[in-house]
Amino acid sequence: MADIVVKGGRVIDATGERMADVAIEGNNIVAVGEGLTALRVLDAGGCVVAPGFVDIHTHLREPGTEDAETIESGSRAAVLGGYTAVVAMPNTTPPIDDASVVRDVLALGRDALCDVHTSAAITVGRAGDRLAPMAEMAELGVHLFTDDGDGVQDPGVMRNALEYAAGLGVTLAQHCEVDSLSLDGQMNEGEWSSRLGMPGIPAEAEELMVMRDIALARMTGARVHFQHLSTAGSVAMVRAARQAGVPVSAEATTHHFTLTEAEVAGYDPVFKVNPPLRTVADVGGVKLGLADGSIDAIATDHAPHTADAKNLPFDQAPPGMLGLETAFALAVTELDLSIAEIIALLSWRPAAIAGIATEHGAPIAPGSPANVTIFDPVTTWTVDPRELASLSRNTPYAGRTLTGRVRHTIVAGEAVVIDGDAQR
Amino acid sequence: MSRQHLLTIDDLGADGIEELLDLTDSFVEVSERRIPKVPVLRGKTVAWLFYEDSTRTRLSFETAARRLSADTMNFSVSSSSVNKGESVLDTVQTIEAMGVDAIVVRHGSAGVPRQITGWVDASVINAGDGWHAHPTQALLDCYTLRQHRGNIDGLRIAIVGDIKHSRVARSNVAAFTAMGADVTLVAPRTLLPPAVGLWPVEVTHSLDDVLAHVDVVYLLRMQLERQAQALVPSLREYTAEYGLTASRFARLDPDALIMHPGPMNRGVEIAADVPESPQAVVTNQVRNGVAVRMSVLFRLLGSEVDPRQLVEESFSG
Amino acid sequence: MDADELRRAIWRMAHEILERNRATAELIVIGLQTGGVDLAERLAAALGEIEGTAPLVGTLDVAFYRDDIGLRPVLPEAPTEIPDDLTNKVVVLVDDVLYTGRTIRAALDALHDFGRPRAVQLAVMIDRGHRELPIRPDFVGKNLPTRRDEAVDVTPDGVDLGEIQRGER
Repeated sequence: MADIVVKGGRVIDATGERMADVAIEGNNIVAVGEGLTALRVLDAGGCVVAPGFVDIHTHLREPGTEDAETIESGSRAAVLGGYTAVVAMPNTTPPIDDASVVRDVLALGRDALCDVHTSAAITVGRAGDRLAPMAEMAELGVHLFTDDGDGVQDPGVMRNALEYAAGLGVTLAQHCEVDSLSLDGQMNEGEWSSRLGMPGIPAEAEELMVMRDIALARMTGARVHFQHLSTAGSVAMVRAARQAGVPVSAEATTHHFTLTEAEVAGYDPVFKVNPPLRTVADVGGVKLGLADGSIDAIATDHAPHTADAKNLPFDQAPPGMLGLETAFALAVTELDLSIAEIIALLSWRPAAIAGIATEHGAPIAPGSPANVTIFDPVTTWTVDPRELASLSRNTPYAGRTLTGRVRHTIVAGEAVVIDGDAQR
Repeated sequence: MSRQHLLTIDDLGADGIEELLDLTDSFVEVSERRIPKVPVLRGKTVAWLFYEDSTRTRLSFETAARRLSADTMNFSVSSSSVNKGESVLDTVQTIEAMGVDAIVVRHGSAGVPRQITGWVDASVINAGDGWHAHPTQALLDCYTLRQHRGNIDGLRIAIVGDIKHSRVARSNVAAFTAMGADVTLVAPRTLLPPAVGLWPVEVTHSLDDVLAHVDVVYLLRMQLERQAQALVPSLREYTAEYGLTASRFARLDPDALIMHPGPMNRGVEIAADVPESPQAVVTNQVRNGVAVRMSVLFRLLGSEVDPRQLVEESFSG
Repeated sequence: MDADELRRAIWRMAHEILERNRATAELIVIGLQTGGVDLAERLAAALGEIEGTAPLVGTLDVAFYRDDIGLRPVLPEAPTEIPDDLTNKVVVLVDDVLYTGRTIRAALDALHDFGRPRAVQLAVMIDRGHRELPIRPDFVGKNLPTRRDEAVDVTPDGVDLGEIQRGER
């Protein structure tokens, strides 16, 4: 007899949708159909049963800043948000730029509530000049390489990295920001930075690097994944590049399609993030990109910071916002897309970018790994920072009422979230 | 005005500015007395929290507070824990625990006074935050203009220099335009803020074009730093293009006023002897600063009803 | 009290002031903002007509000296104007209505900041009683017993007694 049956839900995956029970035994789905039974029944009445979500942009802060988040606490936030896998970013202390740190992070991730993958730095110390030992780290399972937090400034270094990576079958992901244009910018350069008297980061700081890396991808034939696109101009360039057959992919964060630069008006560092919150037109551009496929995936850029770190003058506070526990509901609430399209942006498309598509995001079918998210697409809830599982509280959505909530999350056959409660 | 705080000129609006300027007349009179002191803020405590050195602004506020009989407390960066890594949050909560009614704060980061309002119950007065705002400077400039011209409405004011990095310019544009003046910003593009087209001002890159048509030339301090940041080629070139040189001074309307928030770079934005001309009202700006700051302190701390102390008994005759 | 009675009262008070103080040269007549300002000018004019030279006239706003700061909104009406150093002068403080005495207390404090007068005398058009401080007038236009809930209004046209509107101070 199966261990778990998810009963009475509407199954939606890359192959379509149908009403069906889903039976799970061990790590795998064993049956999909009507009238299935098991030792344990998870009610999915009124809910959608989907392949687990994958966040390809998560800051877990371990090693180095464990008072803000740990791999364990971050994974708990992830599963409560419907994620069955996350890809950790390498800007830890020390940075994830060699095999020993990769091994440590993956070892810590084995006890986590979800599948923890890690990306690794493109350059040593994320400093932008010498290549990190990508081959060695790729052998340990690293698929995405990025200096996230910084862009690789030197085009020559980026070209070499792309050519080297292409031979390894891994993907380079770029945080697009030309430092000499962003300087000490704190927010989007424009109407609000002008009014608030803060140094701005122009859209062009991002767009120039997007433009450069499209050229380098065309030149080298190696794939570039663009992280957290924030401007309408970036999205338009990526759209054109895809149409021209250049091997690029892209993600957008929840905050870049839900919040604008006007949020900074109260100088609350909770709204400080990099790339910065942009204009209404940019939010429109990002939404359009998500709708027409120019952007492959929704990422969270989940970036926990302690209250002490955020209770600083705006220009001294670190950039970043929480995202894991609110991303799915924000997508349902704010995007004019079908539930199936939203699942695609959250599940199998990011899984493909992370190189984990056989484990996560696979169709709900016998033999597939049991990484499944069950959510109620119509229920509403109000974000209360104190109730979040993250160790940090820096959500910009406090007090917002959102539609759609994760009910159960199953990771490798284990029900880690049942009725909205993490089981460990 | 926000009864609790003075953070920006926008908090005041035209009516609030007018009200403070009217009130300032009374404090100018007090300042001219043999004993320039009134007991109106007896028992109130005002703390200074200056993260940026500014002896003149701090002294101006301090004089204002003392003339109102307030007690004062000074947390200067050099002499306290604020330069030992203590956060602004911890510092202001410590100050508040000592019992203060108002905190006058200057900080190099825009928005810090606003942030402090969320951390303490005391009134917060912005004495300058980053590039953002310096509302008491704008008020004293308005008062000085009113003193010399009777009315700000309709005056043609050119603000010349590094607008982008200037809290004085931001607050003065807000105040002058609220009071009905026509403001023209004069600067190279590199020293103008982004999206300046949304500001309620005219913009020109030529001081010579506007010189003959203005009632007031307001010069901003030009910092050597801008040369290193490649925003201007050199101070020499800046002076040649945007300085109020002797020859430009000669072409001004004889009634035009010359203002500067200080400290001046003589020989850079202003020719060495121009500040001594009767048209330059820089000293009056400084003098009025004390009376204007008395108005602000009085308005925030002295003229409001404390609901906890409301009594039935009447006061008249 | 009508306008005529008011004028006669001012004349009588001017004569009383001159009986007490031999010459106008040492007098400074100071009206309290706002009700005493007009009366001070009329009193000084009367003194000038009787004596040949009018005394100096000033105005005083006591808002910054009141003892109810924080209890009710306090704003000055107009800047104070004291025409000369008060040291060794005789100051005649002028107000329209004397009531609790608190305004006069504040005025005495304020005067102190302008020098040390030889004497301060108090002239009021109406003394309505209800004193809360040990203060008495030297020259009175008219004693007018009132209730606390009545309002006394002095204008150039005369003196009116009315009910305090609800919510009015």
